[in-house]
Amino acid sequence: MEWFRKAKRGLATTEKKNIPEGLWTKCPDCGEIVYSKKMEQLLWVCPNCSYHFRISSLKYIQLLLDGGRLEEYDQDLVSRDPLKFKDSKRYPDRIKAAQQKTGKKDGVISGYGEIDGTKVSFAIMDFAFIGGSMGSVVGEKIARTIERALEAECPLIIISCSGGARMQEGILSLMQMAKTSGLLARLAEKRIPYISILINPTTAGVMASYASLGDVIIAEPGALLGFAGPRVIKQTIGQDLPEGFQSSQFFLDKGFLDSVVNRSELRETVSKLLKFMWRK
Amino acid sequence: MSDGPVLEFERPIVELEKKISDMKDFSVGESIQLDGEIVSLQKKLEKLREEIYSNLTRWQKVQLSRHPKRPYTLDYVRMIMTDFVELHGDRGYADDPAMVGGFANLDGKPVMVVGQQKGRDTKQKLYRNFGMAHPEGYRKALRLFRLAEKFDVPIVILIDTPGAFPGIGAEERGQAEAIARTIREMFTLKVPIVVIIIGEGASGGALGIGVGDRVMMLEFSWYSVISPEGCAAILWRDNAHAPEAAEALKVVSSDLVDLEIIDTVIPEPPSGAHTDPQRAAEMVKKELVAALDELRELPVDQLLDERLQKYRVMGEYDEQ
Repeated sequence: MEWFRKAKRGLATTEKKNIPEGLWTKCPDCGEIVYSKKMEQLLWVCPNCSYHFRISSLKYIQLLLDGGRLEEYDQDLVSRDPLKFKDSKRYPDRIKAAQQKTGKKDGVISGYGEIDGTKVSFAIMDFAFIGGSMGSVVGEKIARTIERALEAECPLIIISCSGGARMQEGILSLMQMAKTSGLLARLAEKRIPYISILINPTTAGVMASYASLGDVIIAEPGALLGFAGPRVIKQTIGQDLPEGFQSSQFFLDKGFLDSVVNRSELRETVSKLLKFMWRK
Repeated sequence: MSDGPVLEFERPIVELEKKISDMKDFSVGESIQLDGEIVSLQKKLEKLREEIYSNLTRWQKVQLSRHPKRPYTLDYVRMIMTDFVELHGDRGYADDPAMVGGFANLDGKPVMVVGQQKGRDTKQKLYRNFGMAHPEGYRKALRLFRLAEKFDVPIVILIDTPGAFPGIGAEERGQAEAIARTIREMFTLKVPIVVIIIGEGASGGALGIGVGDRVMMLEFSWYSVISPEGCAAILWRDNAHAPEAAEALKVVSSDLVDLEIIDTVIPEPPSGAHTDPQRAAEMVKKELVAALDELRELPVDQLLDERLQKYRVMGEYDEQ
């Protein structure tokens, strides 16, 4: 009766897979059960199947930057409600809820740090803040991160993680794509390197702007990457999607990534790349 | 108003128009003087028209932007430009019929005109993929932009798309990369760029060719981060809430002026561009020529700095 069952699994959403609090952790992908303290040492990568758990922005800062130190900028930027947007909730209430949940004012942490002694202008997006969506604050913080790279003449590193532009700020969110991409044109003219790191998921407005514009683009294994989300594509074409469609490996195979890099090798890879591209 | 498909809110006008025309026929055929009645009905018609079109909801304007008889990119090219030479292909994968472009003369001066193209009948709609470009469409556009720059020809962009195509092939060939790169490169083009949204301006599919020194919208066009249907499907979990989503997203030309995203609204004939395409085209031409004349005078460095600055200041936030 095999043909009655769906042989392939759909694309799993990872939204709800926050790090469990318990002593033991079960891998949602292969079912392996691992001692949580051990997972911490493994940077939350399953030792059996290499599944990358979602980790916090803070953990990325710790694993990527020297001493886990970031000289943070622009912490005080907060969203307005330019459209007075309301669906089932008012936009300001969504913002408040996200601020309470994350303890951050919006979805990006940015500033200067160092990687093996090389100064970098750095930003990381936080999926926990309204799906990592890009509104005016996210766009402005990314723009200023690019400008700091221009000003200090140092490489730019952005870790992207986003469902796309933030609908609640309408056209203003769309324009953040132009704002950030325009500044990246200036960075390219000055021959300052930009490494774009993509984690699960990076799609839509962010993927169709700065996330896709790195001199080198690397992704974590198993990340969902793409322009349109899988649900929209499925609805549009009216058929199921091939297995592994829009994964990091898919993007690597199609020629849109330089490399898929395991979390434990991320820092070393970025450090090596910087030494090739930046000798100052 | 001409024959063909009629939108719900256009109906009272179409009915009254028919009544007037019937009365005219009758008065000629029967040699009966009905001038007085006709004149009063015509006055009533004007009043009705004004009433309906000055009170359109955002959703009704979105419907007008999709009117099956609305002029499309190549219609404007035909009506306002001469000597159009269409150029095809992205030199990498294919020609995308959803994105058209080529050299043409506007007011006796050369331009490169590029835009999305929709189809009129079913066969043409499929051929043009409903104006939804694939990555090769954006790469073709960028190739034509570079060609224009090489020979110092200003660029005219006409936007009319329900979105960049979301499909398997589009993802395989890097829809996101094609759009991102085109947006970035448009900031480096050393010739003036004038953008007009003539119908639908949906999301990255529109912005993918939408960076300009002047950005204008036809009165009954829309431009948004996501289509009202797409937004409704996500936030209301039902496409049927598109009218509310259109209101919430603030997608029409007057909204975008208020939000300081576009420079100019180009007025349309009172009942929409489809009721008098020639007149709509004349207004488009007038604005285009004026904008290009102004931009041609600017030194290249200033042009590029101002282009970046225009977008650099977009966004609203507080710094506490």
